[in-house]
Amino acid sequence: MDTTAVVESPVNFLNHRHTVASWLLTKDHKRIGILYFVFVSFAFMLGGIFAALIRMELTTPAGDLLSADVYNRMFTMHGITMIFFVLIPAVPAVLGNFVLPLMIGAKDVAFPRLNLLSWYIFVTGFFFTLAAMILGGVDTGWTFYTPYSTQGSESYVLITGIGIFITGFSSILTGLNFIVTVHRMRAPGMTWFRLPLFIWAIYATSLVQVLGTPVVAITIAMLAMERTLHLGIFDPRLGGDPVLFQHLFWFYSHPAVYIMILPAMGVISETIACFSRKNVFGYSFVAFSSLAIAVFGFLVWAHHLFVAGISPYSALIFSFLSFAVAIPSAVKTFNWTATLYKGAIWWKSPMIFSFGFLGLFLIGGLTGLFLASLGLDIHLTDTYFVVAHFHYIMVGGGIMGYFAGLHFWWPKATGRMYNDTAAKFAALLIFVGFNLTFGPQFILGYLGMPRRYHVYPPEFQVLNVLSSAGASILAVGYALPAFYFVASLFNGEKAGANPWKATGLEWTTQSPPLPDNFPETPVVTEGAYAYSKREMKVA
Amino acid sequence: MPNGVVATHDEHGHGGHHHPALQHHFESLEQQLEASTLGMWLFLVTEVMFFGGMICAYMLYRIWYPVAWAEGSNELNIVMGGTNTAVLIVSSLTMALAVRSAQTGNRKATMGFLVVTMLLGLTFLVIKFFEYKEKFELHHVPGPYFHYEGPLSGEVQIFFSLYFALTGVHALHMIIGFCLLSVILWMAYRDRFSPEWYTPIELAGLYWHFVDIVWIFLFPLLYLVDRSHHIV
Repeated sequence: MDTTAVVESPVNFLNHRHTVASWLLTKDHKRIGILYFVFVSFAFMLGGIFAALIRMELTTPAGDLLSADVYNRMFTMHGITMIFFVLIPAVPAVLGNFVLPLMIGAKDVAFPRLNLLSWYIFVTGFFFTLAAMILGGVDTGWTFYTPYSTQGSESYVLITGIGIFITGFSSILTGLNFIVTVHRMRAPGMTWFRLPLFIWAIYATSLVQVLGTPVVAITIAMLAMERTLHLGIFDPRLGGDPVLFQHLFWFYSHPAVYIMILPAMGVISETIACFSRKNVFGYSFVAFSSLAIAVFGFLVWAHHLFVAGISPYSALIFSFLSFAVAIPSAVKTFNWTATLYKGAIWWKSPMIFSFGFLGLFLIGGLTGLFLASLGLDIHLTDTYFVVAHFHYIMVGGGIMGYFAGLHFWWPKATGRMYNDTAAKFAALLIFVGFNLTFGPQFILGYLGMPRRYHVYPPEFQVLNVLSSAGASILAVGYALPAFYFVASLFNGEKAGANPWKATGLEWTTQSPPLPDNFPETPVVTEGAYAYSKREMKVA
Repeated sequence: MPNGVVATHDEHGHGGHHHPALQHHFESLEQQLEASTLGMWLFLVTEVMFFGGMICAYMLYRIWYPVAWAEGSNELNIVMGGTNTAVLIVSSLTMALAVRSAQTGNRKATMGFLVVTMLLGLTFLVIKFFEYKEKFELHHVPGPYFHYEGPLSGEVQIFFSLYFALTGVHALHMIIGFCLLSVILWMAYRDRFSPEWYTPIELAGLYWHFVDIVWIFLFPLLYLVDRSHHIV
């Protein structure tokens, strides 16, 4: 693999235009990815601040820092910010936008204007939600369960709901754009089974976005109509069913977990292959397991309702299906591990983040099986066990994958190398901090500590202090990249077209890429992971 | 490695003339049309899911409260609803004829059919307005002023909640469709379409037909639950 073959042009997508308008009106998928990156990073910081306040409150058993009401608002806004404005857009909208057209050899996504519109919709939704937070926040929990959200709560449910409704359309349109792009914009020779596994993962994610998000949009709309126009769709006083709201909400919100984790899995397929210099073991199994997760993901939502009074027979089926969804996830994990076997492991920071992903996702996935078991779930519902489980999946898995991807493609986007040692240190801090934060919460939950309370019995204090201590380590780990990434822009080494000696079309063009990605449309003649170990040793 | 070898651009050589509607990131007009059409169909899938959420609620309550559903349904004005159904079916025909005229390059007919389609859409909305007005007067709008005699008042209110949610969201789609067709009409007026490129009007047509089909489902679901005992 010779980087010398790439003729460097002084013009790239970052410097060919400079004005603010050229950014705000850009139709370039790479610039739009960066626009998302700015807002997602801001939201990540904001959600982190909410989390910090929660963890500070929980260092003592008494409610001495935040009142019960403020605490309710904190965990609600933490959840809303992190889920709708960080985890869902992180990998697809930031990394997906940046690399998807590059990876398939296209000049852009299929609908560049729609892509820009999606970003504006996202920002509008974000500002609505932010406005609600500034006005005083919302206290329903991110799940907006009725009838509290329609009748009881006096917080800013409506504005937040509008914000999330709007943001949903950004997610729908991005998913739509990506599906059409993958179908219609592939370069000559880029057959489906030569696609990088990241593309398969994004494709499966987009299916979930397109099919699931409209349902939560209309559900939130019905909730808003009930709150303002006094429609009575979920109102128990009229004979309406609040559990119907839960069904409709989780029909989207459970698959939404796969919107967060699937693209991160896609990133891991790329990094594991690149940094062990091997083809991904069982490529087609990993590809189809992405689709299987998307399909099964739609059939498990009622496991959130095991204690909501649903029929024991349907609970049995949903329990079984929830176990079944573990199979494609396990297929992926085994295949990544098999890829490592006899690989020439290259200890670079994206690989360290990927190892972190494997560890955390494994714990998150296995504890999910505990919760899918009907009997055990009755004991664990609404305890910290659940909190720990979904943080391991969505944050441990999702954010680790996102960080692995950021570190992997940062040199491609900016043309600069960051300090790899600092990055490895950050990965280590995150891994240790994460386990220290959420590990004790499994025990707390098993011992019966319920979630969403600002006070707890004194015997839980030791584990809670451990968790809060872990959170501060985690915060440092998450903040660290901001420093070395910014530093890399000023004094980072030039990356060249292909610093990781990776396969894949995005590495065949210069870094940062040309405004139109490639000098000429590339032609693909081989699979996505044509690595050879010998090359690595020469390098 | 062989990846990254450049394609020779013989067929699409930069010297060749491009259609003015061809955006630079597509290789050919055909690729652009395929992408746009697939995008529109996918969008319609999201719309099915969007209405699906409400129809799911409708199904649940109809199974739970069949009597209230029959009572509520019989309160609806079947003459207005039926007329609107006919109006929309005719508008689908004129929309299809507008697309057909664009395909054959008949600009005048395209514009004519578009205008008729828009007028029919407007007729639908006007009739819907009077129907809503009647509901207000009868206190059939859910909320503190809702009034319905009988033991099933609460359940009937749920029926009317879903009636307003479903028809309201549908009417919103009609309004969006009307705006969409205004743009298309303006494009037709500026002579943008030709037999080789008429994608926007075709996509707008798909949207229009979809909104019509939604109504074709809503009409029996809402108006025709149990009319056998009460003709009109």
